[in-house]
Amino acid sequence: MLCQECGKRPATLHFTKIVNGEKTEFHFCESCAREKGEMIPGTSGGFSIHSLLSGLMDIDMAGKGAASSAKAAQSLRCEECGMTYSQFSKIGRFGCSSCYKYFGSRLDPLFKRVHGSTVHVGKLPKRGGSKIQAKRKIDGLKLELQQRIHEEEFEEAAKLRDQIRTLEKELSEQ
Amino acid sequence: MPNLRFTEKALSDWMRGQADASEIVISSRVRVARNLQHLPFPLLATRQQSEEVLKRLTGIPSDHLQSFGTFYTVELDHIDPLDKRVLVEKHLISPNLANESQHGAVILSEDESVSIMINEEDHLRIQCLYPGFQIRQAWEKASSIDDKFEEYIDYAFDDKHGYLTSCPTNVGTGLRASVMMHLPALVMTQQINRILSAVSQVGLTVRGIYGEGSEAIGNLFQISNQITLGQTENEIIDNLHSVVLQIIEHEKNARTRLMNDSRLRITDRIKRSYGILSYAEVMDSKEAGQRLSDVRLGVDLGILEGPSIPVMNELNVMTQPGFLQKTYGHDMNTEERDIYRAKLIRETLGKR
Ligand SMILES: [Zn+2]
Ligand SMILES: [Zn+2]
Repeated sequence: MLCQECGKRPATLHFTKIVNGEKTEFHFCESCAREKGEMIPGTSGGFSIHSLLSGLMDIDMAGKGAASSAKAAQSLRCEECGMTYSQFSKIGRFGCSSCYKYFGSRLDPLFKRVHGSTVHVGKLPKRGGSKIQAKRKIDGLKLELQQRIHEEEFEEAAKLRDQIRTLEKELSEQ
Repeated sequence: MPNLRFTEKALSDWMRGQADASEIVISSRVRVARNLQHLPFPLLATRQQSEEVLKRLTGIPSDHLQSFGTFYTVELDHIDPLDKRVLVEKHLISPNLANESQHGAVILSEDESVSIMINEEDHLRIQCLYPGFQIRQAWEKASSIDDKFEEYIDYAFDDKHGYLTSCPTNVGTGLRASVMMHLPALVMTQQINRILSAVSQVGLTVRGIYGEGSEAIGNLFQISNQITLGQTENEIIDNLHSVVLQIIEHEKNARTRLMNDSRLRITDRIKRSYGILSYAEVMDSKEAGQRLSDVRLGVDLGILEGPSIPVMNELNVMTQPGFLQKTYGHDMNTEERDIYRAKLIRETLGKR
């Protein structure tokens, strides 16, 4: 989520203000909050996470500079739930889990900006997670292999290489 | 109907426990977001699909969650608006689930430490609450409940993005860990903004808790992780944990400094607040928040003997509008609420 004030930096200070039962949310980046000098900004005006997210995606598009690619993205459509990319960028919510697949790498700049990353490294479902687990293990072994080669420990490296081959074979047979 | 019990008492049983650092960290909360495969997210689900989600999630064998306590399912369509409001005030459900969900439901554990929301923004949101600073315990519990559901439910998950959520800000781990802190000394010594901006630079967000005014109510701040993708759950929890430890340290130092430099002024302020809470006839929520914060600080500093921390926690919930109306059994306008709030506080403090 971007700062509602400058629209450039990620919003990290969030406030909910309730006046006469009306709830207003404020989202500022650290430096705008400081500029305001107040924890509680006196500014008003409607705000929603949706419009912020959509603002964010517009920026990503503008950053690419290519109007045609932006246009192509807007016409992307999830075949499962029917949500279009342009709808997604307006409401800031996916319609179903397949949206992730249909919008694909178009989403990477968004994830990069919100999370600083595009790849999950956390928990895996116990069922169905074994393949990913194997992949992660192979990636880890490959890193170690490079390290061993770098340190000229070729005997260890050979063992690792064999281990990786076995695992990769198992994975492809699954 | 066992469900109304959840709206009768202000203080959940889980909040009665004493815990480490519970004078500065009031509670620790973890929320895990999950969705079912092959069904659209609640945003686009038809009534029928939402019903299907509800059926599947409440359909897992009832003894399956037994190791975490006795559970009750409450369907939001079946309870009245005031009960919904009280559940929100107790943080057992979100305002979104209370007001906007379709076939929304919550599965609550008897001690109210576990609340499993169905058809909120995501199909499934598992929330675990612990008193004091127990964020790791909260994560471990939420994670094992997640495992229990996963035995019966196929989650929407992909290799690259992890657990898929309706909002892109939750994708990956689906984990939001947050800690509620009471930081009166940092506010009084005007260090709070500096500290909170520092916090915001390490991937955490800070939320002030505001009431019917424009100022922070009761010097309460919620610190939570902002990033859910590209970090492991343990990294997220550890990061939050170490930052909260540092804030506790700063708050403690500020308290010591206050007591060294202006003991008389602080003592006066605390006792004044205690006196006003004990005798006032009218009390708006903003004043109640501030004065209850003073009294809590007074207890922490040993200036006041009581009330106990659980009673303070109870008062924070009981003085909310929904709970007041529930307690006294009728709708109230703002003026009436202020009168009943004062009465309730007087009686609670007088009793002990
Ligand atoms: Zn800004
Ligand atoms: Zn979709």
